[in-house]
Amino acid sequence: MKPSAFDYVRVDCADEAVEILAEQGDEARILAGGQSLMPMLNMRMAQPKVIVDISRAEDLAAARVDGAALAVRAAVTQATVERRARLADEVPMLAQALPHLGHFQTRNRGTVCGSIAHADPSAELPLCLAVLGGEVVLRSRARRRTLQAEAFFLGALATARDPTEIVEEVRFPLALAAERYGFVEIAMRHGDFAIVGLAVIVSAAAIRVGVSGVADRPWIVRWPRLTGDELDAALDRLAWDVGARDDQHASGEYRRHLVRTLGRRLIEELQ
Amino acid sequence: MRRMASGLRHRIELTLNGVRRAGECEPRMLLSDFLRQELGATGVHVGCEHGVCGACTVRINGVTQRSCLALAVGTEGQSVQTVEGLAGPEGALSDLQRAFRRHHALQCGFCTPGILLSASEFLERVPQPTERQVRELLSGHLCRCTGYTPIVAAILAVAAERVGRKGDA
Repeated sequence: MKPSAFDYVRVDCADEAVEILAEQGDEARILAGGQSLMPMLNMRMAQPKVIVDISRAEDLAAARVDGAALAVRAAVTQATVERRARLADEVPMLAQALPHLGHFQTRNRGTVCGSIAHADPSAELPLCLAVLGGEVVLRSRARRRTLQAEAFFLGALATARDPTEIVEEVRFPLALAAERYGFVEIAMRHGDFAIVGLAVIVSAAAIRVGVSGVADRPWIVRWPRLTGDELDAALDRLAWDVGARDDQHASGEYRRHLVRTLGRRLIEELQ
Repeated sequence: MRRMASGLRHRIELTLNGVRRAGECEPRMLLSDFLRQELGATGVHVGCEHGVCGACTVRINGVTQRSCLALAVGTEGQSVQTVEGLAGPEGALSDLQRAFRRHHALQCGFCTPGILLSASEFLERVPQPTERQVRELLSGHLCRCTGYTPIVAAILAVAAERVGRKGDA
């Protein structure tokens, strides 16, 4: 349980980080908070030649409201966002989801962008970003591009990020007065990975539902407003479509049950 | 920019429990191992080495974190507190440590240093926690002896004591 050998570079700014990525490509890994990467290094599931530590890069250290989004730069910890005084007004989905994310001891160091870049299928932040229709800002030495979250997440631990790019910033849309937001998850213990996570947005005319922990990436569906039997039927279809399988944590049948019952409860609360 | 090549031992300095210390390590050395093997802070216990058990929890620049999920080289120049830094001069136990003893909040003691560090930061931020909040804090630590109940009691007792003391002043 010790990492294999690597060169270590601690950069002072994003420019230096993308310069190293341009040279090293997929031989290099970005280390921000390390709460996903360090376990992978310790278990040698990742064996990069170069670790690029961006945790002290000053131009990646801020989270701020920028236009209609909360823009979170690459070195900002989950705890920093969780403790924003107005987070429940700015992005209520995040205020509900962040307490489920690991433990306060890991949120203290783990970053928001790092969780997005890691793209674990049961993680809370990719689900929130995808259901909210947020964006990922990717930057390489040559260019900067912005992807919709749904185009960014490609599969389990797989994203559209090129090895020469860093996730420089993620952008969570600010809450709209006409929308209501709900998040719930079931895990074996508080802070464990979700067996099923659900994020729901309800507006006057529509329902958007996101599911984590089942498919290989956040699974998003959009419905008109539904109630009663129609809602149950839609949730049942969703529970089957998302493709639940048995694993060591839960059976596929239990996961389908959770999608139906948690979905029904959450949507009824918000309608 | 700071570069350190793999396979070589590099000298790094940090502040450990208020004292400036230096040691040597390869870039891949975990902070937990550096604290124990280079600096002799063996109160840092190493359990799972992937961030789950919480035994290696320390405070870096005041913030509670897993030292098995941090690189020693990444904490260069920073300030680290371990359980050795909780007691006062001459080894007088802190109020939190005394409460753990009084409430039998430890048995084998393996998980205790990490829990003490977590609770010390937590009580600074949340001086009057509910039992539920304390139990959530403990979700980041595994204890296989005590069943957690005495640990919760010790942390709540210290919170109450500190509020009482403030009232007296």
